[in-house]
Amino acid sequence: MKQLCHHLAFPWFGMDIGGTLVKLVYFEPKDITAEEEQEEVENLKSIRRYLTSNTAYGKTGIRDVHLELQDLTLCGRKGNLHFIRFPTHDLPAFLQMGRDKHFSSLHTTLCATGGGAYKFESDFRMMADLELHKLDELDCLIRGVLYLDSVMSSGPSECYYFENPADPDHCVQKPCTLENPYPLLLVNIGSGVSILAVYSEDNYKRVTGTSLGGGTFLGLCCLLTGCSTFEEALEMASQGESTRVDKLVRDIYGGDYERFGLPGWAVASSFGNMMSKEKRESVSKEDLARATLVTITNNIGSITRMCALNENIETVLFVGNFLRVNTLSMKLLAYAMDYWSKGQLKALFLRHEGYFGAVGALLELLHPS
Amino acid sequence: MAECGRVDSNTSHTMDKSITLPPDEIFRNLENAKRFAIDIGGSLTKLAYYSTVQHKVAKVRSFDHTAKYSDISPPYLYEISMQEEVTARLHFIKFENAYIETCLDFIKDHLVNTETKVIKATGGGAHKFKELIERKLGLKVDKEDEMTCLIKGCNFVLRNIPHEAFVYAKHADSEFRFQTTNPDIFPYLLVNIGSGVSIVKVESEDKFERIGGSSIGGGTFWGLGALLTKTKRFDELLQLASKGQHASVDMLVKDIYGGSYGYLGLTGDLIASSFGKSATADKEFSKEDMAKSLLHMISNDIGQLACLYAKLHNLSRVYFGGFFIRGHPVTMHTITYSINFFTKGEVQALFLRHEGYLGAIGAFLKGAEEDNPNQYSWGENYAGSSGLMSVSPDMNPMQRARSGTFDMLEMDRLERQLVNLPLLQDPSSYIPDTVDLTEDAPAREYWLYCFEEALDGVVKRAVASQPDMPEAALRAEKFRQKYRHKLQTLRQQPFAYGSLTVRSLLDTREHCLNEFNFPDPYSKIKQRENDIALKYYQKAVKSLDELSWEEKQFALVRGVLAGNVFDWGAKAVSEPAFMPLGGQTDFCIFFFIPLSERPWLVDSYDQWLERLKGPPHKCALFFVDNSGVDIILGVMPFVRELLSRGTEVVLASNSGPALNDVTNGELQILTERIAAMDPVIEAGLREDRLLLVQSGSSSPCLDLRLVVLVCDSTSLLFPSRLDKVLAMVVRERQTDLVIIEGMGRAIHTNYYAMLSCESLKMAVIKNSWLADRLGGKLFSVVFKYEVPVGKPNKDCGAFSPC
Repeated sequence: MKQLCHHLAFPWFGMDIGGTLVKLVYFEPKDITAEEEQEEVENLKSIRRYLTSNTAYGKTGIRDVHLELQDLTLCGRKGNLHFIRFPTHDLPAFLQMGRDKHFSSLHTTLCATGGGAYKFESDFRMMADLELHKLDELDCLIRGVLYLDSVMSSGPSECYYFENPADPDHCVQKPCTLENPYPLLLVNIGSGVSILAVYSEDNYKRVTGTSLGGGTFLGLCCLLTGCSTFEEALEMASQGESTRVDKLVRDIYGGDYERFGLPGWAVASSFGNMMSKEKRESVSKEDLARATLVTITNNIGSITRMCALNENIETVLFVGNFLRVNTLSMKLLAYAMDYWSKGQLKALFLRHEGYFGAVGALLELLHPS
Repeated sequence: MAECGRVDSNTSHTMDKSITLPPDEIFRNLENAKRFAIDIGGSLTKLAYYSTVQHKVAKVRSFDHTAKYSDISPPYLYEISMQEEVTARLHFIKFENAYIETCLDFIKDHLVNTETKVIKATGGGAHKFKELIERKLGLKVDKEDEMTCLIKGCNFVLRNIPHEAFVYAKHADSEFRFQTTNPDIFPYLLVNIGSGVSIVKVESEDKFERIGGSSIGGGTFWGLGALLTKTKRFDELLQLASKGQHASVDMLVKDIYGGSYGYLGLTGDLIASSFGKSATADKEFSKEDMAKSLLHMISNDIGQLACLYAKLHNLSRVYFGGFFIRGHPVTMHTITYSINFFTKGEVQALFLRHEGYLGAIGAFLKGAEEDNPNQYSWGENYAGSSGLMSVSPDMNPMQRARSGTFDMLEMDRLERQLVNLPLLQDPSSYIPDTVDLTEDAPAREYWLYCFEEALDGVVKRAVASQPDMPEAALRAEKFRQKYRHKLQTLRQQPFAYGSLTVRSLLDTREHCLNEFNFPDPYSKIKQRENDIALKYYQKAVKSLDELSWEEKQFALVRGVLAGNVFDWGAKAVSEPAFMPLGGQTDFCIFFFIPLSERPWLVDSYDQWLERLKGPPHKCALFFVDNSGVDIILGVMPFVRELLSRGTEVVLASNSGPALNDVTNGELQILTERIAAMDPVIEAGLREDRLLLVQSGSSSPCLDLRLVVLVCDSTSLLFPSRLDKVLAMVVRERQTDLVIIEGMGRAIHTNYYAMLSCESLKMAVIKNSWLADRLGGKLFSVVFKYEVPVGKPNKDCGAFSPC
């Protein structure tokens, strides 16, 4: 296998076409010999230059420079792994670019996962003359997670958790590793949510999923506040106050509902205060964004916790692009896991949040399973 | 993570308060109200009270027959008198909060007899209205925990109301599929969807635990929905949702995959991300579509959590309630869908007919603990209860709110506690009714028509039964209106009182008759028929005794069947062509009854005869039907033969009157008279081998799950020895044969009842429509002798379902 992939022609791409975002990982070889360099066709060079010399592509494509993994050894080659994303609705522009740069002349296999690999298969063929090698998204996700956690990298640790999740002043991010992680509950929060129970590298099952995910947060925020991007929505949320929107236990009982062990600060009814006209008129867009974030996050926490109980699993790993630059949600999830399980459950997070599927697709290219 | 709080009452819309109340129709019997409870929710108030109801009952009393029968005898065998009886009734009334003050005023004005100083209160609004209630009624408001009340109420309705729980199926012929009452109600999961969601595990009467919940509930639908659509009312939001297309707002699996996600078996139409398509600033979405998407999002989420909790606690019965559900087909449908999806059909979402009353019932029960209401059985009074209202989503929300403005439930205390007949093979799967009219539209139409047609006759008979009461005609007219209205309601909403059956139609009629003080319209007819039939008893027995053994066995069966034709309740028999027969009952006519020839429609007579050649039965339990010729010339000779064979006989007759069915009171007098003429019967009574017991029923049909436990049959001859418990009697005497006679008990009900001992079902089909349907003719005979599987003499009677 190793030998085989050693001769695998560049470029090496892995792609994950989700409902909202396309995630692309690109391996940039840094150990190209002079001989290789000579043999390299112009197209390939131009693609490499284009991708590595820019951090933004077109209007919406972005390279997450802070996630770049340098000096990585992949299939015996040394190089850097780049992480690029753009909205799924801009896929036509991407295909146009592929066509302009004559990508198809490179005769490379493009490994793609995510629903879009199926949905856009014919577009790839028609518009860019590219054949996709379609891969299952959950297989890729798990493969990507396990790989990135294991690679030796000079950068910060891939896996981390929050210490003192119950105490906002002392809640800090702490590195850790996924040693002996099984069984593991893997919660992937993209547009929607998938929850997987992973028992070993190649033994997993999808436990359940929910349609209340990142897409719901953004979709509702757009409707409620008129914002249009995830960053905008998060920014608003960070400045709002959800307790003006939600009805808390103490709003109903004046304090804790002791008979059932419910603390006064717990949300009794998400958006419950919005049943009243006066209160609807008194809340800000920021409050609404915050309440939406809290509602979606807590709900994911709640379903996750029930799955962990049903599957008898104590380690929960949260991934997916909903968590990108979203410390609010991560801390909420960390807290919810800890509080409602009385410390039994531990929430873990990974730095490369939403890129695991794409990484898994790349690995499939190099080491077909 | 959340809890069950109620809706802010300030969010409820203001209703027109000037609507004139017909209060005496609503707060019935208030002057005899004893104890109150109130449950004030976000928009609806539920009032509960307990009252004592005086109503007339027909009693029979034997004349003094110490003189020998053949000598000077009074004109009748027994006299009928009307007596006042006091029974207990529970009243529950539901109305918009807007009426609360008007209602309290009315109650105050009519409250005369109450001894209570306290009113139990629950619900989120109890606090808000505390001062008002105390001021208006002069009663001290005593608050009870909401959840405790809810669970208490839930246990109560599940235990006492048949067909309380149902499964909702939007696209089925009948949207409501009622569950058969399972006496074993625990454990279950109650998912209460108020503004938030509470998930409660109930393990026994006193043991329940809130095992979880969610903050995404009815308040989220309402609050978020109001923000998104600028629509203020909950009902209107549901209305919007029912017209929307969620696929324009939600991101479906097919939007991501282009089709289904085959690898995981997720279909293309599955929602991958709720509101996933609205993440854009440059597109408008319709209110309807957003409301629909929101409804799906919330229903699916609640369903999913409920399933996760049910799985974790290994529970399969999951009931849903709370204002989010309360009679709304839209939410019942989405919750049902969600549960079905997440459990792959293994768990069914269950809903309750009286869900809105649970809190009020529970609060009432809390206050009535010293009266021990749970030791009694209670029955839904069809005459005084509104039934499940029409919940068509097409109905204008205002109209809905109005039509549901005053909703009522009344429950009568049954004088005895009812239990299962111990001889049922499998009580949990026993369904008394042969045909569910809710699901069988042609049968439903026929029977509703039939009962409406018969109404004039019933009214006439009711008036005739009370010749000394001039206002009887007026009352009878009121009865006619009430029952006709019930029939009309049932035509529109066959599900109003649970599964519609011939039995429930008959019971509703009895309840309406009682409501207007016609406890026994057939009393005079029964009296006359009994008198006439008695005169022929000895002659009948004598002629039977002259027959050979085999001829006699056939004549006895034929006698029971022929006797059963004499039935004033049956349509064909009361038709003009048949009147001369019924009218001038004569012994010789008895033999010319137009019974069909063998082989009968269902005919296992040969097997029965074979069985008779074998050893006698230990004890036979005989559920009898009509008075007059039926009981005296048909049943009694049959009983006599059983006794002669050495079989003990327990005769079970109705506790209260229904049509011309013989009641226990009447049967005791009749048996006593027969004993005076017949040494076999006399010896049977004396030696305690012939026992008269009450069936616990006042219906022409028979529900074997509700057989009286405490049998207070006070026999005139041997009172102390007969005072036994039917269920115990059946066990003690090792009953090995159950005989069920007549259309009501053996065909409309119990036709398919599986018993753990031998059974004999005998009836003559006195209704041409039914006969037609069964593939026979009018007066076709059903003679169904069955031996339970595993015992010799396999089942022989077979005919296709009615």
